[in-house]
Parts: sequence; C-alpha cells; structure tokens
Amino acid sequence: MNVRRLSLRFVALGYLLVILLAPLGLMVWRTLAYHADAAWKAVSDPMTVHAFEVTLEATAIAVPLNTVFGILCGLAIVRRRFPGKGLVNAFIDLPLAISPVVVGLSFFLLFGRTGWFGPWLSSHGYQVLFALPAIVMVTVFVSVPFVAREVIPTLREIGDEQEQAAQTLGASGWQTFWRITLPSIRWAVVYGVVLTTARCLGEYGAVAVVSGNIEGRTQTATLRVQDYYENLSTGGIYGVSLMLAAIAVVTLILMSIVKPREERV
Amino acid sequence: MSLGFVATFISVVIALPIAALVWASVKHGGTSFWAAVSNPEAVSALKLSVMIAAIAAALNAVFGTVTAWVLVRDDFRGKSLVNAVIDLPFALPTIVAGLLLLTFYGPYSPVGVDFAFSRAGIVFALLFVTLPFVVRTVQPVLIELDREMEQAARSLGANEGTTFRRIVLPNILPGILSGVTMAFARAVGEIGSIVLIANRPFRTEMASVFILNHVAYNTSAAAAVSVVLLSISFGVLLLLGCVRRFTTRHERT
Repeated sequence: MNVRRLSLRFVALGYLLVILLAPLGLMVWRTLAYHADAAWKAVSDPMTVHAFEVTLEATAIAVPLNTVFGILCGLAIVRRRFPGKGLVNAFIDLPLAISPVVVGLSFFLLFGRTGWFGPWLSSHGYQVLFALPAIVMVTVFVSVPFVAREVIPTLREIGDEQEQAAQTLGASGWQTFWRITLPSIRWAVVYGVVLTTARCLGEYGAVAVVSGNIEGRTQTATLRVQDYYENLSTGGIYGVSLMLAAIAVVTLILMSIVKPREERV
Repeated sequence: MSLGFVATFISVVIALPIAALVWASVKHGGTSFWAAVSNPEAVSALKLSVMIAAIAAALNAVFGTVTAWVLVRDDFRGKSLVNAVIDLPFALPTIVAGLLLLTFYGPYSPVGVDFAFSRAGIVFALLFVTLPFVVRTVQPVLIELDREMEQAARSLGANEGTTFRRIVLPNILPGILSGVTMAFARAVGEIGSIVLIANRPFRTEMASVFILNHVAYNTSAAAAVSVVLLSISFGVLLLLGCVRRFTTRHERT
C-alpha cells in the first residue's frame, strides 16, 4: 500500500464527504432531531400535498412523452440517414446546456400577454401561462435529452444485424421493433426514464418563471420549498426538502440497479 | 412517420420557444438590445456567472479526475456505494442541494464557516451540482485504458509521475475536457441551488438570478441577458462537438 494511493483516496473521499455527504447527513439529522413535528405538519399540509400533486401531474405527462420521443429520435439518428441529422443531434443536447430560467422566459414570451400565442389564446379563453399547461411544457423541454442520450449509444452498440435478420425472415417493421429492438435497448430506456423522472420532479428554474407560484394552484414541490424559505418556516423547509431528498435517494438506488453493466466498477 | 414526429417535436418543443426569445430581444432593434445588456447590473451578473462557473468547472476537473481515478484503480470496502453516491447531484432537486449547503455552510454551520450569501457559497453550490460530469466522462475512459502501455513505460524506467503525465493524461484529456465543458454549461446557467443565497445585485447576483428577478417588470432586460446566456450555451455545445470529433478521429487513426 503506497502513500500516493492512500492520499489520492483520502482526497477523493474527503471531497465527496465535504461536498455531498456531510451536508445531506446534517440536513437529515437536523430535520429528524429538531424539527420532526413541524416537518411532519408541513408535509401533511393540504397546500404541500397539492404542490406535490402538481409536480407529479407534470411528471406523469412529460415522462411518457419524452420516452416515446427519445426512442424514436434514437432510432432516427442511429438507423437512418436524413438531411438535418446533425441539427437534430445538436437540438436534443440543447436543453442540457440552456439555463432553466432561459427556458422559462422563452415560454413566458411565447404565451405571455404580448407573446406570439398569448393574445389569441386568452381571447379564446385558454389560460396557459401561470397554469398547468405552461408547467407541463417547460417540464417536457428540460427533460427532453435523457432517454435519447441513453438509447443512442446502446443502439449503436447492438448494431442492426438482428433487425435485418428479422426483416429477411418476413417480420414487419412493427414486429421487428417490439420483438428485437425494444428488448435489447430496454435497460437503456429504463435508465433514461429514471433520469427523466428525477429531472422532472426536481425542476425549479423554468417552472419558477412560468407557474406564477400560486399556492394551492400552480405551486410545485420545489416552489413550495422556496415559499417556506421566504416565510422563514424552518420545519417547512426541512420537511419538504427531506421528502424530495428521499425521492432522490430512491432514484439513486434505482439508477445503480439498472445502470448499464459496463459502467459498473 | 416517426421522422415526422421527431421533427415536429423538436420544432414545437425546443425551437419555437427559443425563436420567441430571440425575437423578443431583437424586435426593438439592436440599440435597445445593447442598452439592455450593457446595463451595469446585467454586465456584472453575466461576468460573475462566467467567472464562478469557470472556477467551479476547473476545480471539478481536478477533483473529478482524482475521484474517477480512485474509483477505477483503487479498491476499498464500500466502493460501489461511493460510485452510486456520485450521481446524487443528478437525482437531487437543485433547490434542495442549495438548502443542504446552507445547512452545512450557513449561519448555523457545525464546522463554524458561514459562506451563505457570499461568492464562496455560490462556488460550493456549483461544485455540488456539477460534481458528476467529469467523474462520469473520465471513468469509462480509464476503465478501457490499456494497462500495458503504463507497464511498458514503468519498465523503461519512467516513474509514476512521468507515466501519468505522458501516458495516462493524454488518453483521458478528451474525457476531462468534455466533462469540464458540460460542467461549465450547467454551472453558468444554474439557478435552483443558488437562488436562495445569491441575490444581491453587483455582489452575488448571477445572470440566471438577474433574469428571474427581471422577468415580471423588465422583460426586455431579462430577454437580452437570456440571449447572451443562450449564445454561451450554443458556444459550449459547439466546443463540445469539436472535442468529441477530435476524440473519435483520434480513435480511428
């Protein structure tokens, strides 16, 4: 056992401890030791329950939509040749690189009073901004890349020989997809779905711009945390945060279970 | 048919909102756009974002590479647990991340440091949210790396430092660079983890916070700053494309 190896291990583990684990541990401990009653009260508050419902609704729409899109987009990029492929490839990475606030503002400008669609929609009685539709749309935007980014390398790796064999044997495109392609990329899809879900549940910046943060109506779980913070309710902050952190830990466990084998150490 | 769906989805969900943003910032002409971005508060917010994101990305380049190295080459009990924990910042809502750091490094810190509402606090928050990027790009390269090259270098008399510098580093450099680029892109627009602590104009107000603060009453200023952030994102993506292209060309030859 040499000194260099031990010191590198010390640096890496120390860094993770200082940045990730100690703050998380302290929050869990403080919540349970000092604020358990207030935290429980905040979590069972009807407004908090409603905030989680709004978050779940947006997630329930965004995840299936982006899963279908991710698979189709992966197939198009890997298996087909078409003009503008490079552009499609660049566009699906964009939500990873753009600030969520910029995303929120874009939708704000699209559906606001002076926006492109705002006046028409409001004159026909549709409320998009500061309502569920806008929350859903920004949630879809920020979680676009995850399934596609997991599916693309897997599709490349498995190649298309089995698919060609199936086609030669007379399988239709639909049959080939369900019997050959989907089973071989299923873990990549599941991993992508887990990442998408985590991203949707935790979205803050874009939702903060378009939701209007109306308690009991358009407030999401992350906005609820901010609300408690601004009202200096320690129990409320810790309660809702602990619940979100618990969801994150479950996500993490799911991620390590379904993680593609070659990435394991 | 599926191509049509992909194209429609991308144009409606991604391209259309961005077009609306760009249009809103240029429709009153270049002069008003320039006036909005050269306003001192906006300039200071943009500068701060770029500077702090660069610091956080650089620090994570070093610590991320060390962590990836330890995860691949070292062996100790609980290593797979540590490996799973790396993804925590991807799974945890960013506003909760901000709160964790406020708990540990804020006014009631058990270690006696108070970074809340300071630039150092922002760096910590960005280190947290960008931690996985470099680790996750360097780790697979290190796993694939042929140990024989290093053994050959060692048997020819190179010491550990030289072997790392001349053999390992050139191989993992593209991974480090693409990880750092993604970390920078993420950090420069980060909002959730810093929104609770970084809102003092000219001191700790980042560009993303500036946008959030100005959406309601000065939308054109918010739109102008957003377009600058958007161009930074495009630039970063271009750079990432170059790094990836360089890497794959390197592999082919």
